[in-house]
Amino acid sequence: MENSGLFSLVPLIVFLPVLGLLTNIIFGQKLNEKAIGIIASTASGLVFVVSLLLGYGLLASGGHEQLVPLADWIQIGNLSIPWQFRVDTLSVTMMLVVSGVGTLIHIYAIGYMHEDVRFKNDTKRYARFFVFMNLFIAMMMILVSGDSYLMLFVGWEGVGLCSFLLIGFWYEMDTLARPSWANSNAAKKAFIANRIGDFGFLLAAFTMFWYFGSLQFGEVFASAEAIAASQPGVIMAITLFMLIGVTGKSAQIPLFVWLPDAMAGPTPVSALIHAATMVTAGVYLVARSWSLFNLVPEAQYIVALVGAFTALFSATIAVGQYDIKKVLAYSTISQLGFMVAAVGMGAYVACMFHLVVHAFFKALLFLSAGSVILGMERGHHHLPHHASGDGHSEEVFDPGDMRNMGGLRKQMPVTFWVYMIGALALAGIFPFAGFWSKDEILLDAARNHTLIYILLALAAFLTAFYMGRQIWMVFFGKARHEAADHAEESPKVITVPLMVLAGLSILGGALNLPYLENLGHWLEHSIEAVVEHGAEIQGYLAISWGGLNPVVALISTLVALVAIFLSWLLYGRRTLAKGEDDPLRKLLGPIYKVFENKYWVDEIYNAVFVNRFVDLAGFLAEKVDWDFWHDWLHDSVIARFFRWFTKFLANPIDLGIIDAISNGLANITQRSSNALRKVQNGFVRSYALSVLMGMVLILGYLLLK
Amino acid sequence: MEGTIPLTYYIIISAILFSMGALGVLIRRNALIIFMSIELMLNGANLAFVAFARNYHVITGQIFVFFVMTVAAAEVAVGLALIVAIFRSKNSIDVDQMSSLKG
Amino acid sequence: MDSMLIFFIVLALAAVASAVGLLVSRSAVYAALYLVINFASVAVFYLMLGAPFIALVQITVYAGAIMVLFLFVIMLLGAEKLPKGGSLPWQRPLAIGLSAVLFFEAGYLLLQKVQSSAVLLQPEAQINTMDAIRELGINLFSIYLLPFEVTSILLLVAMVGAIILTKQEKGAKE
Repeated sequence: MENSGLFSLVPLIVFLPVLGLLTNIIFGQKLNEKAIGIIASTASGLVFVVSLLLGYGLLASGGHEQLVPLADWIQIGNLSIPWQFRVDTLSVTMMLVVSGVGTLIHIYAIGYMHEDVRFKNDTKRYARFFVFMNLFIAMMMILVSGDSYLMLFVGWEGVGLCSFLLIGFWYEMDTLARPSWANSNAAKKAFIANRIGDFGFLLAAFTMFWYFGSLQFGEVFASAEAIAASQPGVIMAITLFMLIGVTGKSAQIPLFVWLPDAMAGPTPVSALIHAATMVTAGVYLVARSWSLFNLVPEAQYIVALVGAFTALFSATIAVGQYDIKKVLAYSTISQLGFMVAAVGMGAYVACMFHLVVHAFFKALLFLSAGSVILGMERGHHHLPHHASGDGHSEEVFDPGDMRNMGGLRKQMPVTFWVYMIGALALAGIFPFAGFWSKDEILLDAARNHTLIYILLALAAFLTAFYMGRQIWMVFFGKARHEAADHAEESPKVITVPLMVLAGLSILGGALNLPYLENLGHWLEHSIEAVVEHGAEIQGYLAISWGGLNPVVALISTLVALVAIFLSWLLYGRRTLAKGEDDPLRKLLGPIYKVFENKYWVDEIYNAVFVNRFVDLAGFLAEKVDWDFWHDWLHDSVIARFFRWFTKFLANPIDLGIIDAISNGLANITQRSSNALRKVQNGFVRSYALSVLMGMVLILGYLLLK
Repeated sequence: MEGTIPLTYYIIISAILFSMGALGVLIRRNALIIFMSIELMLNGANLAFVAFARNYHVITGQIFVFFVMTVAAAEVAVGLALIVAIFRSKNSIDVDQMSSLKG
Repeated sequence: MDSMLIFFIVLALAAVASAVGLLVSRSAVYAALYLVINFASVAVFYLMLGAPFIALVQITVYAGAIMVLFLFVIMLLGAEKLPKGGSLPWQRPLAIGLSAVLFFEAGYLLLQKVQSSAVLLQPEAQINTMDAIRELGINLFSIYLLPFEVTSILLLVAMVGAIILTKQEKGAKE
């Protein structure tokens, strides 16, 4: 095939970022910041170009999947797991999203990290950031391009590692740059929660291998139906185990707790990993395994329920948060819930559509939030008392706290407008991108699963509400802290990617407009079971204006507008004054407290699970390692034995035997010399006798010879 | 004069004389007697030389005896001079009294 | 021939007896005289062995010169009888034993050579006295000239040595 040349480029998507990170590792300390950033962004950008080429190649060749083997990885007996790339429409979609948004975030990070390392006083760490970012891109590429569940898992673990490395980037401090365990604890939490999810994934992989005999996508999917017919429980078990992995990686109930804490990492990290790409890995997993999920509708329903509940649950928590990034974090969890609910309902195209546009506007929102934080920091640094140079040691100023902000649209206009666009897209207002994707999901839910529809609709209401709250609190009204008064707009290197993402957020809906269904047709080549339950629908739900159902669309738009109006009533009409508390507290009372404290989930987990392990670790460290091993075994037993042994060697053996031997030799010498001395008696006759004796002996020898 | 006395007899005599001379050297304490025993040993050796010379019809044995005698004479001269000198210092010719090399 | 053998045995007894006398005599003078008898019997042996020159030289040099010298020195030093009992009582038995061993060894060694090439004295070998002396002279001054000259130097050295050794320091003793 004349396009096979294009597909052989696919290993570059992994090796280009690796090349970038190696360059930055080796030369990082010698290059200036701009060079480091350019190298990393170029690597990521080239991956995007390669992905475009691969997409073009697929388009030109009819969209059939291409398998590009690279090397033999595991060969044990009958088991053969090669490192093989799978280029099909689903994986190319993911590649494009990850590398595209990733490149924009790399460029943004050049400017962001330049200021961040100066706020935290460690400019040497600049290169390390980009090394990790490139590593992440490489790992994510392995995840989405692998042709077997094991390759996917390699990338899965890799992005988990990068998440740990990047969340704990400022590992010795907390978000306010005070020395603390906070950041490293957050990184550990992310890693451990992901690990629990990985455990589920591994169980799924083991079960799959046991019954299918292979982990390659092609082979598994081919024999799925046969296995389902012969052993029905197996597929259910595999899919439910996979669901555990999904809850870990994509932050669903019950393993979502790491994502809010992960906001401790620098903002580009939050944008890239925890909004646009890594967290979508779980969704990708389910989408990839569509043929397995379609065989077990019960498991699908469970998945959908988990997603829907998570969406509503975290949306309620977002309403009570003060930190600008925490709101966005819970919003991410909520939107992931939408996506997981979508795949649970079999609406794979809707889910992927929402994944792509969510990447756009959530990255936009996070990056803009980063810009806002930087602006607050700049403003804080320009305050008069700060000019004396005491640093942040006395006052604890949190630049991300929305209670300190206000009226920023005057100081940071570009940031304000892009944030608005992102918020509107997230809220699902026509004609921004979010409207189309969310609407598709809601439509599928309304047609088939009423409970899920209700949950998702409530979540959508809350989404619009908390975004509106955020906008009023941050950009309108009067500044509640002097730093907000002095805030400055961010440089171009930061605002240009924001504007690009804003454009994508506006136009992204064009990816899959209801009539055209570009994405749907594109993905059809990879995902063959697109949900079409049209036959059973009745009533108003069956209306279709070229695919768009006006009733559902109208309801969701109304819901969003009401939510925004409510938020204006509470936060916009009379903006919050300095030190004034959130009016929602008076309205909801104790319920607000629950939201604010995130249902005390972390505390419950700590008390029930985590502290058991902490106790065990403490026990092992203190009692087993220190008391038993060190004190008793080493000191008492081994050390004493050695001392005894030394004394034993010294006294009886060294003195008794060796000295005795040397002394004895000397004694023998002395005594024999005493004896021999008597030969010299001075008498000539005896000397003559000895001469004669010698002569006799010699003659005797000669005789006897 | 010739004789049919076997060589063996002469050799035995020679050996007897030699051993007796050796015995004398070891037993006697008088320095002069010791010296005389040495002459006895030399004589025994000379006898053996001449007997062998006769036996193999070579003259070399006799020449050797010639020289032995000459040397014996010289040796006696010097040796007795030594004994005289020692007597002058020790006033005795008892070899057992010359034991200052005792160690 | 029997007569020769008897003669030989008598002579041998004389020699051995005089040697024994030398060993046991308490007086130095007696010992010297015993030695003279021994020399004389050995000289007769030489004659029997066809070495007349050697025999006469034996009597001239040994019995005549050396023993006289001995007697002079005995006279000079006083031939006192040494007291009995020596300092090394264990020496005597050991010495006797060793000498006996030496005798047997020496005899055996010497006789072995004879056995291997035993040539009895030919009866027809006449020994001309003058021939023996002539042969001795010729050999002495041709083949063995160097030892001859060296021996003369040796005698010179001995003379000088004897004089020096017995020289008294001036005024040390009279």
